[in-house]
Amino acid sequence: MREYSVFDILGPVMVGPSSSHTAGASRLALLARSVAGGTPQEVQILLHGSFAETYQGHGSDLALLGGLLGLGPDDVAIKDAYNLAQEAGLKYTFTPINLGESYHPNTVKFIIKTANNEKITVTGASIGGGNVLITEINDFSVELKGDLPTLISNHYDVPGVIAQVSLILAQHEINIAFMRVFRKEKRKIATMVLETDELVPQSVLDEILQVEQVVDVRFVEPI
Amino acid sequence: MKTLNYVQDLIKEAEKRKVKISTIVKEYEAQKRETEIKEIEKEMLKQWQVMKESINTGLKEVRRSMGGLIGGEGKKLQDYLVKSNTLAGEKINLAVARALAVAEVNASMGKIVAAPTGGSCGIIPGALVTVQEELGLEDEVLVDALFTAAGIGIVIAKNASISGAQGGCQAECGAAAGMAAAACVELAGGSPSMAGHSCGIALKNILGLVCDPVAGLVEVPCAKRNAMGVSLALVSADMALAGIESVIPVDEVIIAMGQVGENLPETLRETAKGGLAVSDTGKKIAESYKQEK
Ligand code: SF4
Repeated sequence: MREYSVFDILGPVMVGPSSSHTAGASRLALLARSVAGGTPQEVQILLHGSFAETYQGHGSDLALLGGLLGLGPDDVAIKDAYNLAQEAGLKYTFTPINLGESYHPNTVKFIIKTANNEKITVTGASIGGGNVLITEINDFSVELKGDLPTLISNHYDVPGVIAQVSLILAQHEINIAFMRVFRKEKRKIATMVLETDELVPQSVLDEILQVEQVVDVRFVEPI
Repeated sequence: MKTLNYVQDLIKEAEKRKVKISTIVKEYEAQKRETEIKEIEKEMLKQWQVMKESINTGLKEVRRSMGGLIGGEGKKLQDYLVKSNTLAGEKINLAVARALAVAEVNASMGKIVAAPTGGSCGIIPGALVTVQEELGLEDEVLVDALFTAAGIGIVIAKNASISGAQGGCQAECGAAAGMAAAACVELAGGSPSMAGHSCGIALKNILGLVCDPVAGLVEVPCAKRNAMGVSLALVSADMALAGIESVIPVDEVIIAMGQVGENLPETLRETAKGGLAVSDTGKKIAESYKQEK
């Protein structure tokens, strides 16, 4: 049985009305922003399941935009997110969509154009009590909770890559708390999600990128 | 205490050591987080301050909810009780006004503490602020009472649920009432076992309450169920302080609550497919809300 903290019961401090549809929406967007490396230029927000049905009445739209702008779930400025988005020059659209049965009923998909003109898609769900889980980045499956610093890399799935990456982290005294590898097929592209105890600086990312089989790597700050 | 499974364990330990339930809960949390009790008290004090602010905000300004269904009810009741002789008494009406006010702040995207959820967030602050004022207590004592409430909440989350989608509204407004009832007994100087009885009495009164939000919004009936929760908490606390006991022990009530929740059909668990959500008016509201969109 799960051992709860008292603050799971009394908390979070949040802007209402719904821990899953408002606070959770805000945290999902904060994580998407973190994956995108900052406030995006443009974003298409696709809303699935109960998000599609009640997003306005729960202020999910405001919470999502607020999160993309970097506002936390307890920031009352969320209510003004439409104006703030305009000031920040963030272009957005909201579209209800049916992603299919296999998705959690509270799922959001972000199609993002980053500040560096990169295109990234991030899909995640609000799984209750304000907790969230990112399940896909660029159509690769991942599991990202956002409570620890996280490194996400894509690499060619051959023996030894994981060892090389963890060696680089070890040399910089970055401790791995949790690691998972996701892949569609053996010996093709694999996605590695590494949760660490320390933040990973850009210089270490550059070093990891030099490992021959590594295609890309990004660091996601905890939210 | 390494795990916190039953209210009875809290009561036994507290009575053996002649301390309050909150003391045991604080030790549990500090151990779990590997931190000092002072640290978690500080964090809880912040929550308490947000709770009090949310009452003030809600009673000061009339705020229309996001879905437009509610707003201003807390203030209405407060104005009424100042002007008229109430039927149920001033204090309990004041507690209800406060609970409504917090629920309205929540529904209008103001800042609140989920307690245990957004829909039920007015009950604990409404009850505790009213008791604080009545007994002239310091904030530190209130922080303790919040730990007692949360400790009971942990037991409910483990053996039943604190989510309307899982267990119906008994799991949200009901749980909040049970938690508040125990906390109020502690504030009034009642024994740990009285706190347990008070929680048991409160929960027995809401067993089976369904979750049926109109148009799927946290507005109707949610806000007004906070009125039920806060008054139930205060009345249950008074009953326990008078020496009235819950014949069914509190932990058994909680387990029954869990089973009742499991037996509730899905239509009555936050899906907006049953109860008030499908009343004629509920359906009309949902329809016009969809069109507006
Ligand atoms: S009716 Fe449902 S959504 Fe509303 S407060 Fe109760 S449990 Fe929460």
